[in-house]
Amino acid sequence: MTATISSRTRGIVLRALALTVLALAATFLLDSYRNYQLAVVAAVFCATAGLTLLVGLTGQLSLGHAVLMACGGYGYALAAGFAVEVDLSGMLRFALGIVGAVVVAGAVGGLLGLAGARLRGPYLAGLTLALVIALPAFTSQVPGLGGDQGRNVPFEPVPDWLAPVLFSTEQWHAWIAILVAAVAVTPLAVLRSGRAGLRMRAVHGDEVAARLAGISPGRVKSHAFVAGALSAGLGGAVLAIVTQNVSPGGYDLAFSLLLLVAVVVGGLGSIGGAAVGSVLVVLLPWLIDTLTTSVGLPADVEQRLSGNLVVLVFGALLILVTVVWPGGLSHAFAGRLGSLSARLRRRSDQHVPQSLTER
Amino acid sequence: MTTPTETPATTTTRTMLAIEGLTVGYAGAPVIDGMRLDVPHGAVVALLGANGAGKTTLLRTVSGLVRPRSGRISLDGQDLSGLSVEDRVRRGLAQVPEGRSVVSELTVEENLHLGALWKIPGRSARRAAVAEVYEAFEPLARRRRSMGHQLSGGERQMLALARALVARPRVLLLDEPSLGLAPRVVAQLFAILRDTAERTGLTVLLAEQNVTSALSIADRGVVLGLGEIVADAPAAEIAADPALRHAYLGF
Amino acid sequence: MDRLAFLLATGLARGLVIALFALSLVIIWRAARIVNFAQAAMAIVAVYVAFAVTQATGSFWLGLAAALVTGAAVGAAVERWLIRLVPSTTPLPGMIVAIGLVMVLQSAISIAFGPKHRPMAAPFSEQPFSVGGVAVLSPYDLFILLVALGVVAVLAVLFNGTTLGLQMRASAMAPEVSRLLGVRVPRMITLGWMLSSAVAALAVLLLVPTELGLNAHSADILFVHAFTVAVLGGLDSPSGALVGGVVVGILISLVTGFLGAGLAPIAVLVLLTVVLLVRPGGIFAAKEARTA
Repeated sequence: MTATISSRTRGIVLRALALTVLALAATFLLDSYRNYQLAVVAAVFCATAGLTLLVGLTGQLSLGHAVLMACGGYGYALAAGFAVEVDLSGMLRFALGIVGAVVVAGAVGGLLGLAGARLRGPYLAGLTLALVIALPAFTSQVPGLGGDQGRNVPFEPVPDWLAPVLFSTEQWHAWIAILVAAVAVTPLAVLRSGRAGLRMRAVHGDEVAARLAGISPGRVKSHAFVAGALSAGLGGAVLAIVTQNVSPGGYDLAFSLLLLVAVVVGGLGSIGGAAVGSVLVVLLPWLIDTLTTSVGLPADVEQRLSGNLVVLVFGALLILVTVVWPGGLSHAFAGRLGSLSARLRRRSDQHVPQSLTER
Repeated sequence: MTTPTETPATTTTRTMLAIEGLTVGYAGAPVIDGMRLDVPHGAVVALLGANGAGKTTLLRTVSGLVRPRSGRISLDGQDLSGLSVEDRVRRGLAQVPEGRSVVSELTVEENLHLGALWKIPGRSARRAAVAEVYEAFEPLARRRRSMGHQLSGGERQMLALARALVARPRVLLLDEPSLGLAPRVVAQLFAILRDTAERTGLTVLLAEQNVTSALSIADRGVVLGLGEIVADAPAAEIAADPALRHAYLGF
Repeated sequence: MDRLAFLLATGLARGLVIALFALSLVIIWRAARIVNFAQAAMAIVAVYVAFAVTQATGSFWLGLAAALVTGAAVGAAVERWLIRLVPSTTPLPGMIVAIGLVMVLQSAISIAFGPKHRPMAAPFSEQPFSVGGVAVLSPYDLFILLVALGVVAVLAVLFNGTTLGLQMRASAMAPEVSRLLGVRVPRMITLGWMLSSAVAALAVLLLVPTELGLNAHSADILFVHAFTVAVLGGLDSPSGALVGGVVVGILISLVTGFLGAGLAPIAVLVLLTVVLLVRPGGIFAAKEARTA
């Protein structure tokens, strides 16, 4: 049994490593703006990976996942700001910032997890909705958080030893983003495919049966929240580094809904789907904006469409996917890639029943 | 002691419930396979068989909660295919489903009125119909203001039965009404059922695991095994056949 | 003291509007056992129609009638053509679809009408009466009070005293059993949606004249407040919605008046958290289990 588990884990880690190297290499082919977008995608992916497990596996709908990213962002800003004050720089400052991000996000995630453990679906959703709406009020009331303007984040320049290799700050930021995402998401992928993932699905399926099997639904649900929160916090930290600023406006309800769209369209419960969804929610708005400006509409029509058309499309996608295509995009490809990876997986998953490993 | 299978020549031998070529399956192998069953007017038929034999599925298909893959179900000559559950009820079909079917947040009175609403227009007419039911189901009359969840198991089943009868259905389906009830209560319930059936000419299809009680009030027994009818005979014959009992009824 | 009286009075009036919206959430819970996250967006659509009617005819009352009718129509349309398509084994797909609907409706309205807040005039004066030199309720506030009480009374009679109400309650509590008793359950559910949506439209219509104006997002905060009220009072209790609405309205008014507007969302969040964790059943609810 232990041999099988670690071989599965090994498989996931190797795959993650390969993808990370590929992504790092890809940054050389992209221009500055694209690298910036890639960094944002990676940051969003940190959050969506956790959210897809939360919603897809344990069935808990959180409308405030943006707040967890904000926690990471503010945690990073505060810790890194403190590091600047005590004259720490470079890797130390970065490390301290990351610790700050993880601690704050983990704490808030833990609290939300407690709530999630005790509340049923709509109530948790309502609570997280109230939370995300209260964020701007919170940041303006607590001193040191900078109110609506937010806080500035120390700039991370390309380190000297990498300067000859990398050609722009955006590429360096993309590298940071990719590496942080790899570190944040890989454990989630391992969790998902192992016993923890089974427990999460058991709890969503039938809580009474799960309890009879010795699983504590409350604990599984809150653990899922914390795991997702840590990852989202890291994503928030990356976003802070890449944009050099944390403010409540960047983590509003609209952003939370974007995360939800990414997760639903990509396929609930699928990490690959979360990746696809993250790309979608970062690139599609840019694409639509470019299209509407290039079509050459009267100025006030263009103004009305900007921002709103994207939301319209995303809302329609949410409805369409849920009604017509509940598996999301990940299941569309599952046919092609799935059979390939299933064949590869079957070698190591000999005695795990198929019905539990399929999504 | 034989109970005649043929109803006396004076009453009509028309078929109240006709099931032809019925195949029902959720996915994969069918739960009911090509079943044929005719229930004449006024008959009390016990539907027997072990767990999983298809009794509940059959009843749910007749009432429309489950769509069959193929086959025809007719109520007094009228084809029920394509009719929704509510419409079948309005044609005179009633069912006491398995388990907790009393609406626990409503009172006894409200539960009964609910059963009468579609059939009897007018508040006073409904009150009269409900009063009539209270006469047959005395224990309920004492508890008319109690909420559903305050009733005992036996009272709840009595309420479920009374509620199904308020609208004077022509065919009554019952799914394991004795489940979880004490023998004395079962006897009381079945006595009222038999009584009402005889008085009103009600046709009854009673699915039961409590074989003895069911056969004691039935004219005829139909035994299901793996989705097929394996025996269809007068109730007394089935009760007296040890081989049949061992094979399909578990004792 | 004056200030306190004024804040209390304002809180009461505002609270009644929240209570009315919360009532619409109670209706849809009683009729279909769901929390409709798209309630505010659907209501805004109806209020835009009311606005257009009032602009065209000059009559607030015609606009009100239009709001009720449109609200009911939107409720029926959403239920028949959207909600019925959604798998309902768990509440999750329903919530996701509702959120998608909010996004579609709000962005469509913003595209069609732009971001400007369109001010709406109240049918009665919003100047508060003076009682012994202290400003209390205005005629408009009294109007809201009467409407709220009236709606509660009508709904109480409907749900508890009529056969239609009995059928609606039964359809929500036990849909399968109700069908087996001949109740046209799908029709009852549609009716519940229509009623709920009409009441929500009424609430938003009453709210808008007291705010900046009509805009796609005017009712967002109202939803959060009403949800808090519904949680506080119990999702299946109309009287809970009424009392809860007044409590929350007064709380918001006092916090805004004494501590500043910025703190209000936090106060609401704290209240919601406390109620959910301490008395999950709500103060008036019957046996409502919302814990996992």
